[in-house]
Amino acid sequence: MKTSTTGRARNGPDTDADDAPTAAADSPAAAPASRRRPPKRLILPALNAASIVAGISIWWILALNGFQFPTPPEVVATATELWRDGTLQEDILASLGRVLAGFLLGSAAAIPIGFLMGWYTVGRGLFEPWIQFFRTIPPLALLPLVLVLMGIGETPKIFVIFLAAFLACVISTYQGVVGVDKTLINAARVLGARDGMIFVRVVVPASTPFILVGMRVGLGSAWATLVAAELLAAQAGLGYRMQQAQYYYDIATIFVGIVAIGVLGLLMDRLLLLAESKLTGWQERR
Amino acid sequence: MNTTATGGISVQQVTKTFQLKGDDFVALDRVSLDIADNEFVTVVGPSGCGKSTLMNVLAGLEAPTSGRALVAGDDVSGPGPDRGVIFQQYALFPWLTVRKNVEFGLKVAGLGRAERRERAERFIRLVGLEQFADALPKTLSGGMKQRCAIARAYAVDPSILLMDEPFGALDALTRVKLQEQLLDTWSREKRTVLFITHDVDEAVFLAGRVVVMAARPGRIYDVIDVDLPYPRTEEVRLSPEFGDLRNRVWHSVYHQTPSEGRS
Ligand SMILES: Nc1ncnc2c1ncn2[C@@H]1O[C@H](COP(=O)(O)OP(=O)(O)O)[C@@H](O)[C@H]1O
Ligand SMILES: [Mg+2]
Repeated sequence: MKTSTTGRARNGPDTDADDAPTAAADSPAAAPASRRRPPKRLILPALNAASIVAGISIWWILALNGFQFPTPPEVVATATELWRDGTLQEDILASLGRVLAGFLLGSAAAIPIGFLMGWYTVGRGLFEPWIQFFRTIPPLALLPLVLVLMGIGETPKIFVIFLAAFLACVISTYQGVVGVDKTLINAARVLGARDGMIFVRVVVPASTPFILVGMRVGLGSAWATLVAAELLAAQAGLGYRMQQAQYYYDIATIFVGIVAIGVLGLLMDRLLLLAESKLTGWQERR
Repeated sequence: MNTTATGGISVQQVTKTFQLKGDDFVALDRVSLDIADNEFVTVVGPSGCGKSTLMNVLAGLEAPTSGRALVAGDDVSGPGPDRGVIFQQYALFPWLTVRKNVEFGLKVAGLGRAERRERAERFIRLVGLEQFADALPKTLSGGMKQRCAIARAYAVDPSILLMDEPFGALDALTRVKLQEQLLDTWSREKRTVLFITHDVDEAVFLAGRVVVMAARPGRIYDVIDVDLPYPRTEEVRLSPEFGDLRNRVWHSVYHQTPSEGRS
């Protein structure tokens, strides 16, 4: 009742229509549709929420019917407990510290090397065989070697994460640089720009979307590598905690670890996505 | 020849060959052409006849295989801000606003912020984009993008404008409008213009002289003077004289006799 009155008030008076002919042309079409069903931007989150609730319910039902799962409240209780005694924060910090160190170093190395490969034939010739070779090896496969060579401290773990992030990002950066529209480079040249200027003012911005995609893939790859590395060799971190819990058959703690890894991974991805939309909003979408 | 001493163009026996699977492909065969200071010349011809190649040689983006290309009396030895180039694909920097695009060449030239802004403003107004100075290219129509590209080329104050089918991707109505605007801009800011097109009407409407090219090998086939008065109004476009010239150029483009073993 109330909604229909406001709906009429919004597109009713003729004076409004005279002031803004385009708005008046839009609203009569939009209003009846919105009265019949909620707009799409509400439907999607509603479905998402419903799906999450249903998933948790199924989990709960299975847990109550003989499966070895802890129930959702049990997991929440375990999480609260781990948080109270500081273990959860400690593990999160240890894992995040490693992944950020490896990821930042990896991206910082990948971007200049990707540019060198894309811009100079010499750079490409020298780097390409190594990158192509290491690309086919999952970074974790190097962990035994790295552990032997670098000991069991933080260095080997950060190194494999670095490698994972680096390989994903370097290829993408390289492809971005190689794919820069030749006419844009020519346009800069005919405006008097020399190589250095073209690099900074054309090649770098034009390949930014590729670099950011590479960084996102790299971050995902780094995160996956981190958890696996911690399962194999660590004294703290989410992977280590799950590994320990496995010994004690502590499934609730394993669940906490899984959820924490998922949530943190999602958060980091969203942050990069936000940076992407800020930095590459100029792109023409087709 | 005194045309080469000023802001004119002189193309002397320019040949350009490309290596294609071991064979030499002759894109330009001994092309010679002189364009006087502030003259507006259009080039028409079937696709593949070397129009873009000729422009790239003059722009300094490609070196001729033999022969000389002179601009203002000097050999072309690379691209430079004395020759503004306008590409068919607009080639605007998509991450820069209209204003920053127009300022690009000024920044390259080392102009200060205030001076850049002032010059850019002037040329943005000249092409009528002042409402869109802070818009990104993706929000502009094709015609507006090309006007921005024209402003960007003009801003660095080149003595020569080289335009490669600049209106080729636009619809017929927009094209006519931009032709008129271009002539209007040109009459207020005179430059030597080499304008490439595949549209016979456009070639005649804009030019003081139409150069017709032929393919295989790419060469100049005919040069037709357009003795129509500027400003070119709609009246001129619909006049019988225009029609006659158009027919002449049309015949020259579409009924070319094959080359008689020139190479
Ligand atoms: N870089 C290149 N390498 C090989 N062939 C080329 C190159 N550029 C142009 N050509 C050839 O030269 C001919 C003339 O090209 P172009 O000048 O672009 O013609 P137009 O602009 O008149 O259509 C075409 O047949 C084209 O395939
Ligand atoms: Mg062409």
